[in-house]
Amino acid sequence: MSAVSSFLRLLASEVRLIAGRRRNQAGVAVLALVPIVMAVAIRASTAPRPGRGPDFFSSIAGNGFFVALAALAAEITLFLPLAVATLSGDAIAGEAHGGTLRYLLTVPVRRTRLLAVKYLSLVVGAAIGVAVVVLAALAAGGLLFGLGPVTLLSGTQVGLGDALGRLAVACAYLTLQLAALAAIGLFVSTLTEQPIGATITVTLLVMTMWILDGIPQLDGLHPWLLVDRWSAFGDVMRDPIFWDTMATGSLVALAYTAVFLSAAWARFAGKDITS
Amino acid sequence: MSAALAVRTSSLAKTFGAQRAVDGIDLRVPAGGVYGFLGPNGSGKTTTIRMLLGLVRPSAGEIEVLGAGTPGAIVDVLHRVGALVEGPAFHPYLSGRANLRRLDAADARADPRTSRTRIDAAIERVGLTPAADKRFRAYSLGMKQRLAIAAALLAPRDLLVLDEPTNGLDPQGTREVRALIGALAREGTTVLVSSHLLSEIEQVCTHLGVMHAGRLVAQGSVAEVLGGADAVTRVDTPDFVPARDVLVRLGARDVRDLRDAAPGVEALETVVAGVPPERVVAELVAAGVRVRGFAVTAPGLEERFIALTGEGFDVSG
Repeated sequence: MSAVSSFLRLLASEVRLIAGRRRNQAGVAVLALVPIVMAVAIRASTAPRPGRGPDFFSSIAGNGFFVALAALAAEITLFLPLAVATLSGDAIAGEAHGGTLRYLLTVPVRRTRLLAVKYLSLVVGAAIGVAVVVLAALAAGGLLFGLGPVTLLSGTQVGLGDALGRLAVACAYLTLQLAALAAIGLFVSTLTEQPIGATITVTLLVMTMWILDGIPQLDGLHPWLLVDRWSAFGDVMRDPIFWDTMATGSLVALAYTAVFLSAAWARFAGKDITS
Repeated sequence: MSAALAVRTSSLAKTFGAQRAVDGIDLRVPAGGVYGFLGPNGSGKTTTIRMLLGLVRPSAGEIEVLGAGTPGAIVDVLHRVGALVEGPAFHPYLSGRANLRRLDAADARADPRTSRTRIDAAIERVGLTPAADKRFRAYSLGMKQRLAIAAALLAPRDLLVLDEPTNGLDPQGTREVRALIGALAREGTTVLVSSHLLSEIEQVCTHLGVMHAGRLVAQGSVAEVLGGADAVTRVDTPDFVPARDVLVRLGARDVRDLRDAAPGVEALETVVAGVPPERVVAELVAAGVRVRGFAVTAPGLEERFIALTGEGFDVSG
């Protein structure tokens, strides 16, 4: 029991550390700004966009709810991964760079415990990032377009409560995907003492996966890329919810998480801390 | 035998690539003592300290800290060890107090209910109370150093490992740290304090270890380490030649004419082993030497240190 409470105490301290940092607060503001800008831009432009199939943009004018889905679709490509990359750069590399890592370890904090806390704080950070996007989007969309019963992609209409439940599933799915990215980030963070270097590396990895995912000739590789099924969160808007892609995507995410958390542990557990 | 030792290493070594940073040392830090860990920059002190604290894995040899011998067991006794390693390091945008709160939250054994009192007491003890709520980035080097010592005092400790604790402190602060070390030692805490500045350490230590190029070149009680050097006798006199004759007759070695060293000085210096000083004076006076001054100086740590590690500012690589 006391082991659990002391673990939670350190986790709380870690989350406070992340939340208290100006740079991160600015990042949250940027995440929130994107859906607001989107909603305002669509409200200001009167001309309807030519239809290109079911992208969420075209539905926004009818219901502010769709700002949330459109914002998630826009931010999951770069802004949300960048946020996770930034936090994971701070996690180990940042502490090593500042020298605070040696003081944490001599407190003492066991290395496995420190890694666990750092990883969970990254997952909390990712969840907060996704939540901020969705809440800002619902606020801006509700204000400018109103919220009401939602027409699903299949044409059926569901109540707002049902739709918000589906949105929560999408958020959970994306948080799981970002948690897999955080595992990669944590591993990269144990490799270096330069937080910026770790952040850039993780961001480049995501960009590279997007590029590879866009090359049709490499379709044999696509199922193995972490980002390949990120856009499947939109399947929550089908009736009934189409689970197959998200289920496979979740398995891929869990596999990435397991592999990279193990690598991070293997690297960090026996590492000489000379910073 | 090892029960009386707070820290013990056998043939402890660490190799970074091709460089032997620590080359087989047998450290003996007696419980309850103040152990001065000396050596020039780059002689392996910090690497040794990092190994004692489990930050760096030894390439060879064994470590025992407070009776714990395996790396896992050492992590378990680290809560009884307060450490300051290679300068203070804290989160720059947090206040001193918030930084201590973070370290206390990281300590699985710390009671959150007493956190505030312990943090206040530690801050008070290092004289940082007026600056406790300033951001760390606004601290002077001396304040940063004090905060690091406060962090080492957050919980009751049996062993304090202080790596260069007076670095960046003004003479007043240096004196305070020395007094603090003395007070902690009187409370029964074993202190391992490293420094490359001898004068800072000399006055508080009961034991000394001198590192040079990765090796422990001397170790023991202060008297044992300093005992290796002889006292120097200085005679102020204008009668250089008769004085030298008397001294040589008494078995003096290395008689040096200090008139060469500085203008206006009429004196000579020598080592007279085994002859009581009062007899030297009596013999000099009996020989008609006009003795204007006479001094016997026990060797300082500085002389001993230089004798052991070589002179000059070279960083041992």
